[in-house]
Amino acid sequence: MGHRFSATFDQHALAEIRRAAATGIYDIRGAGTKRHLPHFDDLLFLGASISRYPLEGYRETCATDVWLGTRHATKPIHLKIPITIAGMSFGSLSAQAKEALGRGASLAGTSTTTGDGGMTPEERGHSSILVYQYLPSRYGMNPDDLRRADAIEIVVGQGAKPGGGGMLLGQKISDRVAEMRNLPKGIDQRSACRHPDWTGPDDLEIKIEELREITDYEKPIYVKIGATRPYYDVALAVKSGADVVVLDGMQGGTAATQDVFIEHVGIPILAAIRPAVQALQDLGQHRKIQLIVSGGIRNGADVAKALALGADAVSIGTAALVALGDNDPAYEAEYQALGTTAGAYDDWQEGRDPAGITTQDPVLAARLDPVAGGRRLANYLSVLTLEAQTIARACGKSHLHNLEPEDLVALTIEAAAMARVPLAGTNWIPGANPIG
Amino acid sequence: MTRVIDLRVSSRRALNQALHDLPDHTNETHWTIRNPAGQHALAVGIDAPISVSIEGHAGYYCAGMNKHATIDIHGNAGVGVGENMMSGRVHVHGDASQAAGATAHGGLLIIDGNASARCGISMKGVRIVVKGSIGPMSAFMAQSGTLVALGDAGDALGDSIYEARIYVRGRTGTLGADCCEKPMRDEHHADLRALLDEAGVEASTHDFRRYGSARRLYNFHVDNAY
Repeated sequence: MGHRFSATFDQHALAEIRRAAATGIYDIRGAGTKRHLPHFDDLLFLGASISRYPLEGYRETCATDVWLGTRHATKPIHLKIPITIAGMSFGSLSAQAKEALGRGASLAGTSTTTGDGGMTPEERGHSSILVYQYLPSRYGMNPDDLRRADAIEIVVGQGAKPGGGGMLLGQKISDRVAEMRNLPKGIDQRSACRHPDWTGPDDLEIKIEELREITDYEKPIYVKIGATRPYYDVALAVKSGADVVVLDGMQGGTAATQDVFIEHVGIPILAAIRPAVQALQDLGQHRKIQLIVSGGIRNGADVAKALALGADAVSIGTAALVALGDNDPAYEAEYQALGTTAGAYDDWQEGRDPAGITTQDPVLAARLDPVAGGRRLANYLSVLTLEAQTIARACGKSHLHNLEPEDLVALTIEAAAMARVPLAGTNWIPGANPIG
Repeated sequence: MTRVIDLRVSSRRALNQALHDLPDHTNETHWTIRNPAGQHALAVGIDAPISVSIEGHAGYYCAGMNKHATIDIHGNAGVGVGENMMSGRVHVHGDASQAAGATAHGGLLIIDGNASARCGISMKGVRIVVKGSIGPMSAFMAQSGTLVALGDAGDALGDSIYEARIYVRGRTGTLGADCCEKPMRDEHHADLRALLDEAGVEASTHDFRRYGSARRLYNFHVDNAY
């Protein structure tokens, strides 16, 4: 007879109980959720058939560009591809990593985004299109950078920790990071979980008015939310005057927060997109106010599926860091020395990243060549785009935005219900129509 | 040269655009804004050493992100007056609503009356002098700079405060997480004296008490969690 282990108290659960008992403190880590969730893998494209007419692969045009901020901004943004780089702070990432993100995004014709630490010259200088985050902490916030930005993203929440603030532990607070954030070096920095000078959608509307006044109505204003109540949050963002809504699912990463937060708060992006699109449609604003979705985008199929469900663009964070070299097996010996292994390393908060990305250690940070890193990111963005185009052409679409829910079916009942597409081989959309 | 803008006939947009379009070394250095009628976002994002006199009540975020300008509000100010100001001087001659001087990096904010909740929240270097009382949760997560209240302070004063200094002449309610009373040493009397003088306040520094961070939350330890 073999030993029988508990499915409930599995090895990870047991290890966490022992760790908690030994340390008396919750686990803090970076990255996103690691649990299995309904995701884009649970969807399939149907492709063309007798009733649908495909386009010739890589020859016939399948456009990929997207305009963002066309609702109110006098200078909306035009991206060549509908894949943007998500907000990640200088502080959580090295200056070299931020520069590499800017270089890669610029090569690909898309935007990158600042984070909870202000705008660095490296990032601005190497990002042809830069989105400036307006966060609760307002670290480094100033009107000059606001005017230097190409768009402004008001961050209400993020998918990894909706309702939670940020953390940057003391070991990552270098002199430069401390100066930019106006805090003492070496302390654990807590980024606020709520904005200091507005509460609720009525105040947010006035805050957006103020930002538009300061920037003379030029900049698109995004509102970023963590996926929790997407229908209502998107509707309120629209009411508040947003040009663009950024919706981040629970698979989205973070620089550091409690593991219990990452794994148990928020909903998967697959469950969030259709309610968000529904809100825009109900308000007559779909495709007028753009929707960017993020959280677990890995390949061109994910991009195509997100767009087919109604998003105008996607955003990547974790995948972009992997493209730069995060969790690279080439550093396996060093990951082992840190008590982990390549592919599982998530202690981004400690600043000891062997790949030199999530660190402020000058020796480690120097390992990342921003030029080479930028090239890798550009290559990856190109592949994402080519893959999405391949699928779109197979579905007969001459623009990625022409993908639609009718091109999709689901492999599981859960995914069918969340994505509001039929279970494969049936016409059943759980929750939307009766079994038949 | 003084320029007068009447907001009964001009729009807020036109006002702010005109203020932003001022060239360096402009001779339009004095602006009078009439009939503000509580409009929001008045005189925001100015980056010029000019003076602006707002003759009436202002709504939310008046003088937000100010650089270099001297802005007088001859009335009450709504939420977030002088929010994120970088430099210059903002003077509210009446009362101020919540979040006065929120996240402000520099300059001087003077409030002749009272300031409501969260005055100086997340302040990052600004100096704030309130001649009346300040509401609850003032100086929440205040990073640096100085907050002075000649009147009383509401509950949860200085919750999660970092390196900002708070001086209160009147009574205080509860202190927030990690906020504590600290001794007034000579350097603090000098610091406060200079600030009171700059704000035109005649008061003895010996009547004030000082509050700041106990620094128990600077490096997270489970035993210090609230």
